[in-house]
Amino acid sequence: MASLAPTFGRGAMTNHWVDIKNANVIVVMGGNAAEAHPCGFKWVTEAKAHNQAKFIVIDPRFTRSAALADIYVPIRTGTDIAFLGGVINYLLSHDKIQHEYVKAYTNAALIVNEGYKFEDGLFSGYDAPTHKYDRSSWVYEMGTDGYAKIDETFQHPRCVLNLLKQHYARYTPEVVANITGTPKEQFLQVCEILATTAVPTLTTTFMYALGWTQHSVGSQMIRAAAMVQLLLGNVGMPGGGINALRGHSNIQGLTDLGLLSNLLPGYLTLAADKETDYQAYLDKRTSKPLRPNQFNYWSNYPKFHVSLMKAWWGDKATKENNWCYDYLPKMDMGYDILRHFELMNQGKMNGYFCQGFNPLASIPNKQKLIAGLSKLKFLVVIDPLATDTSCFWENHGEYNDVDSAKIMTEVIRLPSSCFAEENGSLTNSGRWLQWHWKGQEPPGEAMDDAAIIANIFLRLRELYRKEGGAFPDPILNLTWPYKIPDAPSAEELAMEYNGKALADLTDPKDPTKVILKAGQQVDGYGQLKDDGTTASGCWLFSGSFTEKGNMMARRDNSDPSGLGNTLNWAFAWPANRRILYNRASADPTGKPWDPNRRLVWWDGTKWTGVDVPDFKADSAPSEGMSPFIMQAEGLGRLFALDNMAEGPFPEHYEPFETPIGTNPLHPKVVSNPAARVFKGDFEQFGKTDKFPYAGTTYRLTEHFHYWTKHARLAAITQPEQFVEIGEELAKEKGIKAGDMVKVSSNRGQIKAKAVVTKRIKPLQVDGKTIHHVGVPIHWGFKGIAKPGYLANTLTPVVGDANSQTPEFKSFLVNVEKV
Amino acid sequence: MQVTRRQFFKVCAGALGSSSLAMLGFSPNEALAEVREFKLARSTETRNTCPYCSVSCGLLMYSYGDKAKNAEASIYHIEGDPDHPVNRGTLCPKGAGLLDFVHSPNRLEYPEYRAPGSKEWKRISWDEAFTKVARLMKDDRDKNFIAKNAEGATVNRWVTTGFLAASASSNETGYITHKALRPTGILAFDNQARV
Amino acid sequence: MPLQSLDITRRSATTTASPHQRQTAEVAKLIDVSKCIGCKACQVACMEWNDVRDEIGSNAGVLDNPPDLSGASWTVMRYSEVEPEPGKLEWLIRKDGCMHCTDPGCLKACPAPGAIIQYSNGIVDFHEENCIGCGYCITGCPFNIPRISKKDGKVYKCTLCSDRIAVGLEPACIKACPTGSLVFGTKEDMKQHAADRIVDLNRRGYPNAGLYDPPGVGGTHVMYVLQHADRPNLYHGLPKDPAISPMVALWKGVTKPLMSLGIGLAVLAGFFHYVKAGPNEVEEEETEK
Repeated sequence: MASLAPTFGRGAMTNHWVDIKNANVIVVMGGNAAEAHPCGFKWVTEAKAHNQAKFIVIDPRFTRSAALADIYVPIRTGTDIAFLGGVINYLLSHDKIQHEYVKAYTNAALIVNEGYKFEDGLFSGYDAPTHKYDRSSWVYEMGTDGYAKIDETFQHPRCVLNLLKQHYARYTPEVVANITGTPKEQFLQVCEILATTAVPTLTTTFMYALGWTQHSVGSQMIRAAAMVQLLLGNVGMPGGGINALRGHSNIQGLTDLGLLSNLLPGYLTLAADKETDYQAYLDKRTSKPLRPNQFNYWSNYPKFHVSLMKAWWGDKATKENNWCYDYLPKMDMGYDILRHFELMNQGKMNGYFCQGFNPLASIPNKQKLIAGLSKLKFLVVIDPLATDTSCFWENHGEYNDVDSAKIMTEVIRLPSSCFAEENGSLTNSGRWLQWHWKGQEPPGEAMDDAAIIANIFLRLRELYRKEGGAFPDPILNLTWPYKIPDAPSAEELAMEYNGKALADLTDPKDPTKVILKAGQQVDGYGQLKDDGTTASGCWLFSGSFTEKGNMMARRDNSDPSGLGNTLNWAFAWPANRRILYNRASADPTGKPWDPNRRLVWWDGTKWTGVDVPDFKADSAPSEGMSPFIMQAEGLGRLFALDNMAEGPFPEHYEPFETPIGTNPLHPKVVSNPAARVFKGDFEQFGKTDKFPYAGTTYRLTEHFHYWTKHARLAAITQPEQFVEIGEELAKEKGIKAGDMVKVSSNRGQIKAKAVVTKRIKPLQVDGKTIHHVGVPIHWGFKGIAKPGYLANTLTPVVGDANSQTPEFKSFLVNVEKV
Repeated sequence: MQVTRRQFFKVCAGALGSSSLAMLGFSPNEALAEVREFKLARSTETRNTCPYCSVSCGLLMYSYGDKAKNAEASIYHIEGDPDHPVNRGTLCPKGAGLLDFVHSPNRLEYPEYRAPGSKEWKRISWDEAFTKVARLMKDDRDKNFIAKNAEGATVNRWVTTGFLAASASSNETGYITHKALRPTGILAFDNQARV
Repeated sequence: MPLQSLDITRRSATTTASPHQRQTAEVAKLIDVSKCIGCKACQVACMEWNDVRDEIGSNAGVLDNPPDLSGASWTVMRYSEVEPEPGKLEWLIRKDGCMHCTDPGCLKACPAPGAIIQYSNGIVDFHEENCIGCGYCITGCPFNIPRISKKDGKVYKCTLCSDRIAVGLEPACIKACPTGSLVFGTKEDMKQHAADRIVDLNRRGYPNAGLYDPPGVGGTHVMYVLQHADRPNLYHGLPKDPAISPMVALWKGVTKPLMSLGIGLAVLAGFFHYVKAGPNEVEEEETEK
């Protein structure tokens, strides 16, 4: 989501599953919804059947999604920016953009700082030794009034629109075809169809998933699509948007709750080492408006931060001690999962917890992972299933050939409950928090996840209470108000993250009127305060468990508008809004662009509609407040300013293991110049001489990651590991369907059955014939499906420069008949 | 359709036999056309959400027992919740097979311990497990906690132990996990957002 | 009129007439191949609902798995990569299983009284407690659907979830299908639904889209919407004009007058042999061709 937040303001699917039915054109690219999200994909078939929607699939493989597409277009893995950059060029050069939207709702007219440049594959400010950019030139030119300068006539050479035109003029259909391998006619056909939705009454929607995120330029691929949608005026519209289809059931929720190295709940961020001053920490995050009359929502940062600190440290958090600011760690660098294993290998990590996470299977380069885990002092695995990770020290022959006696890691495995055995909520891709109920007890002695964490914490706290130790204060003083301390209930925890008043709260317009008494649940984050009179564990989820009860458990599925917003079903963050940025579904005067799909509108006194307006409810259109309220200028960003690691405009860079060995756009800068590559990992990159084919990993509809190999029904429907290769390559290599083949990369090899298919065709790229080899991921050495190799034996350790998502989708392999 | 000699014989015999058996009085007066007993009658229905992908389909879980205090519930069938706005009762193959995840033979039932260099698991009690985990954490934290960095700034971090949180666990589990762990100063914290 | 009435119209190897007082609406399952993503939700839902589990097999170089129908797999997906026009790849995925023929070859061929039942709503159901495992139904089936279970030697196939229909629920596969490729209702409604789908397919460049409801077996209660209805063979060999084996028809028509007590006794002996010993291996192999 490191791309959607810089562009629109929030890192989440802009629309939601049911809304896909409202689209006129649906593009599945960087994903395979039919296989990975079949029940969400139904809304594609709905749109086709009842909205006469056109359905386009762009993928290296003819997938199950492609089976239902009106148009399937092949593309070489890792070249989506070239394709989408070509689309941007087409839309601009054919004048197929929604002018009024682009002018009013995007930063097209804003003027960029003079120092900004792009030359020979690099943006201004590059520092080669550190592989990092000084991003200070990637900003707006500021006027004397303190706001960004603007030229609504688009005459200024450095207004965003003109820089955009200039940047993508290089992405001609011929260049696109040469890089992507997509035949030019097919590329143009897609452009033409997308262009039809530049009118206010037609929309395209994009659906993507890990097919975009898992590249060294993944975030920028998503951004390129987001920019296409802004140019077409499709963001905020029903049937429009960029739909990020998340992998796990609660990745959205866990991310919202900040379970990442650098985050706190609700996208608040931890301080860096330098930020010793609390006020300076707040000021840096409390954004100043870049244009006049903007909502600039992050101006509320202090309210959310103080409320969080009150939720965690209660009375101990006071204004005098900066609300316990020093109780939180400060960051010297990002500690993402790729770095964890690098640190393990360097002997700098001693202990590791895997709670419902099987990194041995899901992080690249298995060999490195085994080596890392073997260097730990202790590993704690909390899981309902006997995961591969928990058994990394077991010898399973060719599938996991380790010497147990030499592995000195202590392993403690704790059995947890599964979904069916607990109450609680999950946040889906569409940001709906939905409550679920327990149906049986966990097996044997297995214990609820929250209880396991509570027990560990209480034991640790007891040890600190008895023995003292390193800075025990944050541990000793943490609030723990649960009725049964070692088994907090889901309801108690939900009420805590929603937040409550700690003192009587009065109406800001009438201080004599008490709107909430001390102890009552807040109705929403609008009531949170920065003076310590409110507590909220996750401001973003505020409104989910109020005095009215558990809003996440609501089950009224009525949909009076027919657009599918079901406002009384569960709870959607933020503030129960179903389509983000929905103010942009109305024109600048407040009238819906499309009279047939009216979402929100200005009724003369306030914003209203069939969705909760994602806007300041009483801001009249004449005030000129713009729809992207989380952004300091209120606008959708075609130019990302300094929020992206490798540049404000997406640029095509080759995968780190590129099958063509060069970048036709700028041969001196082949791959993402801002990506972080650890030394040992760099040495393990392969070249085309030994590994000539483009490998890509993916999921199958029959399986879910590495869980369902433990479930009999799933094992029956896809029992044994296989790889997919095209008929042409198979013929060249003398491989027949059903043969056992060896697929190898510079990091290892796997053996699997060969599925030989017409669905993978060779592509002509930069004068070469490129074959793809498809590697489904679901097998391993534990489970009841046939044992197999972990597919990450093959994959390289390099992440996206913004999110550190590993490049699982593009790497080099060889394939041979065994 | 190709018909082999043997098949021809079979069909002949069959056709003939059926009629002949009837003649001999083997025709059942009531060929009991009973369908299989409907297996959900009187079972307990619980609403849940599919734990796999991010569509979060609504589920109906059917279990034995009525959740009375002394009746232990056991789920024996799962299908889609037709009221759910997104899945409308449908499920994908993974979701349709959730029953076999819930009852997988590879579900863990007891805390276990693997000693350094050992080739096997040893069953331990929860008390032993929690005691061990807390001790390991505290020893590592006390030894490696960084209160101040080289410049003397307060940083209060602990980076020698890492924690991966589950993106399939509930928001409530996620919340308590973050709340309980961050105060230790942990920074090596991640979830499946990247994979 | 409720769809769930399970009044019987026909029973295998039974001479007494079946009641016809009540006539329920005919039901049908419609399989819209143009909406099928081959996810196998129907396969899994079928096994889960019916409490059967097929073997954990192996991969034979295709995505089809289990590779064929069996005593535990009453429906399977058949994947066909075809190029109806040169260079235009289509991935046609067909859910295979019992077609619930109006004129069921299995029932006609079955020698075991009451082992195969046809309900007035069109469902053809096997009652395994009466099945003698002779496998004649397999020979009699124009779609090669029923399979002998390795476990108990009896023949199994899709019941159209008669146990669910009986209480007013749609079959398990229908309910699960994520894309709306599978729908269920009265045969009349399903034909109308198919007609609407065909209009959409015509508009999307499939001039030969059509409904598969083959008259050779009197029509079926499982129907397909095909993009290329003129070439059903493209769909993993779906027969163009299926009909009951001439051998079954022959015996039903010509040999009845030849029945005699002696023959009857001989067959009776064979019947008990089947009951005791079950079907022989050779027959099973032959039927799997």
